[in-house]
Amino acid sequence: MPRASAAALRTVPPTDADATEDRAPEPARAVVSVSDLSLTYETADGPVYALSGVDLAIAAGEFVSFIGPSGCGKTTLLRCVADLEQPTGGELWVNGVSAEAARLRRDYGFVFQAPALYPWRTIERNVALPLEIFGVPKAERRERVRRYLDLVHLGGFAKKFPWQLSGGMQSRASIARALCFDPQLLLMDEPFGALDEIVRDHLNEQLLSLWRETGKTVLFVTHSIPEAVYLSSRVVVMSPRPGRIIDVVDCSRLGRQRPLEIRESPEFLAIAHRVREGLRAGHAYDE
Amino acid sequence: MSRQVNRTIILSVATVAGGLGLSALAHSPDIAGQAGSGFWLGTLLLWLAATLAARDLAGLAAQQRKPSGLLALAVPLLVGFLLVVLWELITVGAGVPAVLMPPPSMVAARFGGALPVLAADFVQTFVKSALPGYAIGCAAGFGTAVLADRVPFLRRGLLPVANFASALPIIGIAPIMVMWFGFDWPSKAAVVAVMTFFPMLVQTGAGLAATGRIERDLMRTYAAGYLTTLVCLRLPQALPFIFTALKINATLALIGAIVAEFFGTPIVGMGFRISIEAARLSLDMVWAEIALAALAGSAFYGAIALAERAATGWHPSMRAAR
Ligand SMILES: Nc1ncnc2c1ncn2[C@@H]1O[C@H](COP(=O)(O)OP(=O)(O)O)[C@@H](O)[C@H]1O
Ligand SMILES: [Mg+2]
Repeated sequence: MPRASAAALRTVPPTDADATEDRAPEPARAVVSVSDLSLTYETADGPVYALSGVDLAIAAGEFVSFIGPSGCGKTTLLRCVADLEQPTGGELWVNGVSAEAARLRRDYGFVFQAPALYPWRTIERNVALPLEIFGVPKAERRERVRRYLDLVHLGGFAKKFPWQLSGGMQSRASIARALCFDPQLLLMDEPFGALDEIVRDHLNEQLLSLWRETGKTVLFVTHSIPEAVYLSSRVVVMSPRPGRIIDVVDCSRLGRQRPLEIRESPEFLAIAHRVREGLRAGHAYDE
Repeated sequence: MSRQVNRTIILSVATVAGGLGLSALAHSPDIAGQAGSGFWLGTLLLWLAATLAARDLAGLAAQQRKPSGLLALAVPLLVGFLLVVLWELITVGAGVPAVLMPPPSMVAARFGGALPVLAADFVQTFVKSALPGYAIGCAAGFGTAVLADRVPFLRRGLLPVANFASALPIIGIAPIMVMWFGFDWPSKAAVVAVMTFFPMLVQTGAGLAATGRIERDLMRTYAAGYLTTLVCLRLPQALPFIFTALKINATLALIGAIVAEFFGTPIVGMGFRISIEAARLSLDMVWAEIALAALAGSAFYGAIALAERAATGWHPSMRAAR
């Protein structure tokens, strides 16, 4: 039975909560707590060290972005939290229980890198899918689907099929699907990767205000430094081979109210610079 | 544009009128069996006119932004008409013996005259043998595929055996089924059930394996169980495969029911009729039965294709139809 190590709890002050065997023995305020996590894929060409020695604790209400070159294990880390991948070492707690228990409690909403809409369902029925599975009554289902489709500006496309929409619209629909059952934890894997700059800015603002108003905890994977800094309370910089964390940059001094123009402010640029330095250091490792 | 339309209409009308006229002419005592070069020249011209008309019609159909059913249907109708007319003209004009190849007019006359017999044969072979066998075979194949997908040892053990068994020739199993189920329709339905079982098993199995990783992971994030995942994701994904099997099986069922009757049957049924009428050299009745089988088979296949379009309109292969 796993026990959380002190390293996992670095950013969250410990309380005197007693450690029972099958619950995370720590301040339950950490929504995600990861210590010395590693995951090695055994492939035909030998082992791939997708994650190695990852320590991180994420408190309720944080917005944490993960940034790093391709193949540094961002997706793998998110999938571990979602219990879609089994770590080969270390510990992982989600909302104070194992990742599996959290998944079975439907604690999180996941936005995959690809929209993964079911082509036989219209957009509205795709968004309604989790609500149908969770047994939400029909009237409420309809109301929620409408609300979240409006939120991602797809109100007029409810009756369309996914293949009748552009790639960007499809990813917005997949975001509405993850939001519509109102999970407190959101795991988003490059959700805006396929969108153009303007739509992306707009959805960034939308996501930020949603986060501010609802107090959700968000784990957000991105390739874009400005996007990471703009959205996050903390940016986790990762590097590949083996996938690991090389820097954690605090962005909370930008405040919670962030107009888009903040991206030209000196504080913003200073933080972005530090993230870039971290990324560069990670790259230097391989070249 | 309108000139082309005019030409198409003239050519089409000429083809139809010429075809009917020549067919009537062929039966006159001076020509039947001893047609001269003038008659054959007319036949050749008819062929030419029909070819040009078909080409123009196809061109018009391609120009339309939204293909209308009527124009798309006109080309195959015209080609079918030409083939039947040529068949009539050649068999009558050249005096081909009816035991070798009866002209369509003779087959049609026989068809009209033997309606009660044809109806009884149709009920025996299609309604009593093919349809129940088809339903049983498809349902069993589907159920087995779902079961094999759920139970790993069945998947590993059963599928290779199924592949092997699907290679069994129908000629071999038909007499066995007669021994087991008697001469009447149950043995024919059993043959059809065996024939349609394997395509459905294999196709459903492939369909259930067709879901992508992210699509399955999505279900996992909802903590969806086996049954929910099956109903919400895997069966819809498998539906195009299942319809492929339904269509393959529609053809197989009729063939199976007819051929199975060659191995012992009460004195009714399409296969029975074909075999005894062929032995009696009344080829017109054989052709009437073949025409009936073609009609029934096309209607059956068409009904399934329509259902497929309604159920899997989302699939890339069907989107053009939307
Ligand atoms: N299922 C898998 N099997 C083998 N190797 C994998 C698998 N998934 C990911 N990897 C490898 O693990 C590493 C991390 O991948 P990933 O987490 O997808 O990176 P990122 O999302 O940061 O681009 C990569 O080298 C990738 O090739
Ligand atoms: Mg990734």
